[in-house]
Order: sequence, then structure tokens, then C-alpha cells
Amino acid sequence: MGEVNPDLQSRVVKFPGGGVLVAGIDEIFNWARSNSMWSLTFGLSCCAIEMMATAASHYDLDRFGILFRATPRQADVMIVAGWVSVKMAPFIRRLYDQMPDPKHVLAMGGCACAGGPYRDSETIVKGVGEIVPVDVFVYGCPPRPENLIHGLILLQERIREESILGVRKREPITVQG
Amino acid sequence: MIEQALANPWIRQLANAALLLAVINLGVLVLIYMERKVAGFIQSRLGPVHVGPRGWLQSVADALKLILKEDIIPAPADRFLFVLAPFFVFVPVLAVFLVLPFNAGWVAHDFSLAALYVIAAGTVAIMGIVMAGWGTNNKYSLLGGLRSAAQLVSYEIPVVLAILAVVFYAQSMSLVDIAEAQRGFGWFIFHPPLLVAAFVYMIGQLAETNRTPFDLPEAESELVSGFHTEYSGIRFAMFFLAEFANTFFAAALAVVLFFGGWDGLPGLTGALWLVAKSYVLVFVLMWIRWTLPRVRVDQLLGFAWKVLVPIGLIVVLWAAASVVYAGGAKP
Repeated sequence: MGEVNPDLQSRVVKFPGGGVLVAGIDEIFNWARSNSMWSLTFGLSCCAIEMMATAASHYDLDRFGILFRATPRQADVMIVAGWVSVKMAPFIRRLYDQMPDPKHVLAMGGCACAGGPYRDSETIVKGVGEIVPVDVFVYGCPPRPENLIHGLILLQERIREESILGVRKREPITVQG
Repeated sequence: MIEQALANPWIRQLANAALLLAVINLGVLVLIYMERKVAGFIQSRLGPVHVGPRGWLQSVADALKLILKEDIIPAPADRFLFVLAPFFVFVPVLAVFLVLPFNAGWVAHDFSLAALYVIAAGTVAIMGIVMAGWGTNNKYSLLGGLRSAAQLVSYEIPVVLAILAVVFYAQSMSLVDIAEAQRGFGWFIFHPPLLVAAFVYMIGQLAETNRTPFDLPEAESELVSGFHTEYSGIRFAMFFLAEFANTFFAAALAVVLFFGGWDGLPGLTGALWLVAKSYVLVFVLMWIRWTLPRVRVDQLLGFAWKVLVPIGLIVVLWAAASVVYAGGAKP
């Protein structure tokens, strides 16, 4: 997960002008990554309908360069839309592992964030954060398309702060419903 | 110095190939942007708007991101085939551009069997697709690769028949001669047999470039992504590049065969006319793609063998008869 050699940062700073070079490359790489977040096509339950609506004519995710790829090998962002059952959890972890780095996860809806109304059920995972590292939690039941887009824009901003050198920030962003 | 170097035929061909590669890559970036915009407007959306002015830089961002992604070779895959397959798909597409005349004298290499060469070299890409399908050791890839092979082999035949009808009219297999024969708005599309041939050719090419009414090899709802399911990053980008370059080549070849090549109104360079006409045809292909649903696999093969091939054979006979009895190319 971007955890490169920990003393790399200090070596670059010793090299005169190294910081400037890395900052320039970071800016270009992050521009490309944040503007081309291809998302994995899958929906787990009712939030998926809202996700599809966000991609369709009215809200049009393609405006931001976000399009849906059917295979995890070509996806950058996983939008977990809906409750995660205990039976489904291994498959979600497997899909996450199949995605090439750098990859990000967005949990959509109260169920994916924390279990939602099924939190007391033994067959529902209490938030997808228990199986994969989540970058953005978008609450709501379901979140409106505007909320999902807001979450994705926050994810874009987060990608723009990343560096090819460092460890990624892992405190998740929360979008209230 | 540069003239001396270019006098050497090897260096000259290498320079031509490098120039073509640059033009193809730039052209593909434009095509991907165009595809997303056309798709957007057909579905009453906007398409990319945020990256660069009016979203022009969208495909640049996509390309750069794909280059930067992790390169995964799955453990059960056959490494040799897996690594080689994208090249087998991309190189034939580059190779066919070598004989495409952009203007009078603007051709990397013209020879008397160019039309045959285009068909032969283009067919090599099927090998790459089957290699990708088999080599990744994934059931969806294998099904996609085999479907692709069946589809491409079937639709190659009507395309060959349509090109053959044009060859009868031009009395030559050189693409330069074929384009020269249509000078001064004597376009082959105006001849009734070749009008039918043009339809057969376009339908065949629609299937060969895997576009939507015939995009069974990568049908998302059944095969994930077909033969390139397991490819990520730069290797997937090569498949993508080959697909769009192939689409542009299909349209440009249609322009050379049926729409007069670089022939147009005086005042602009011929190459601009050729490219403009090609883009109009590419737009038609995109229009069809975003309008029609996907056909079933038995309908697909049935349509090729029961409808297109008989029409192609009739067109070949019709074209031959009109060349022999009615003077053909000079109506």
C-alpha cells in the first residue's frame, strides 16, 4: 500500500533539488490518477441503484472521468454500495486484492459504512472497513447522488495529496448523510 | 545530413514507422475523447468536462494513469503468452497503417499487393487475441478469445469479398492506385455494386473491430471483459490502443476504397480530406455502437454466413459483370 522504503524520504532530501523533482512528478502523477478513477462495476444491494443513477444521464460520473470497468484488474476505485453479508465478505476482499495499486475504496450507504439497520444481525458485516481499508465513508440510506459525488471529489482531493515516496494517509474521510 | 540519412531505405522506413506510431497514438487519444463525448451526447449526458478545457485532456490523464498502474501477471497464467499477446494484437494494426495512402505520395510503403497485405496482416491480430484468452488461464478470457476468433474469421470473408469487388473496378490491388482511380469525384460508392459492397464492408468491419452490435468478445454482462479480463495497466492500454487504432484504420480504409481517398474540393490538402472523411465514418461507427443492443452469438455467426457472405458473392459477380460488359469504372 505505498509503504516504500521508510528512509527514502531522507535520501531524497539529501540529494540537492530532489524534493523539487519529486514534488513535480507527484503533481503530474496525482493529476492523472485523480482525474481517471475507473470504478469497479458491482453493487451489493439497494445503494447500487443510486450508484447507477449517479453514473446515468442526470448526474453523469463520466464528467469527472469516472467510468465503470467490469474487471478488478482495470479498476482504481471500489465503490461498495450496499450491505456486506458474511458470505459475501471473502469475495469483496478477493476483488480488492485483485485490483492493481494504487487503489482506493469508497463505502456507500449506512450499511457499507457501519452495518446500517442490520447492525444487530449476525449475518451482516458491521461495515466494510472490517475487511478492506476504506478511504471515504459516505453515509445516507441511500446517499443522494450529490452525496456520492461529494465523496468522490473528496477522494480526488485525497489522491492529490499523495506522494510516490511516502506512506498514504489512512484516516478515512466521512461524508454525513 | 538528414537527406543523406533518409536516402538509406532502412532509415527511411524506420522514420516512416516512427512518424506513423506518433500519429496513431495521438489519433487514438482524440478518438477516445470523441467516443466518450459522442456516447455522452447520445445518452443525453455531457461526457468528460472537468479535465482540461472541455475535458480535452481526459484521455491524456487516462493514458498516463494506465502507464502508472501496477502491472499484474496472474500466478496461473502462462507468462510467455501473457506478455507476448498485447504485442501480437498491436503490431499488426501498426503494420497495416504502412500501406495506407494519406495523400498523393504520402504513403510509407506502396506495393502492388497492398489490399491483400492489409487483409493478411490484419488477421494476425486474431492470434494475439487467442493467445491472450488462452494464456491468462481464466475461463472468461478463454471464452472471449474463442468467440473473438470465431467472429473475426467469419467476418473477414465478407470484408475480403467487398474489397475484391473494389479491386475489379480499380484493376489494381495497390491502395494508391485504387484511390487514384477515383479522382475528381469518381468515387466508387457511386457505382451500384460497390454501394452494396460498402455496406457489406462496413458491417464486416464493425464486427472485426468488436464494436457494439457485435461486441460479444468483451460482453461485460456475460464475460467480464473477454480476452483482456486479466490485463492491467500498460498491457491493457496496448489492447485499448490497438482497438481504437483498428477502428480508425477500418474507417480510413473504407475512405480509400469507396469514398475517393484524398479526393475532395480543391483548397485543402488531400490528407485533411482523408482524415476528415475517416472521422465522419468513425462517428457513424460510434453512433451505431451507442444506439444498438448486442446480438446473440448464434445470430452473429448466422448473419455472417447466411446473409453477408451470399451478398458478398453476388456483389463480386455483379461487379465483375459490370466491369466486363458495361465498362465498369468509367460509367
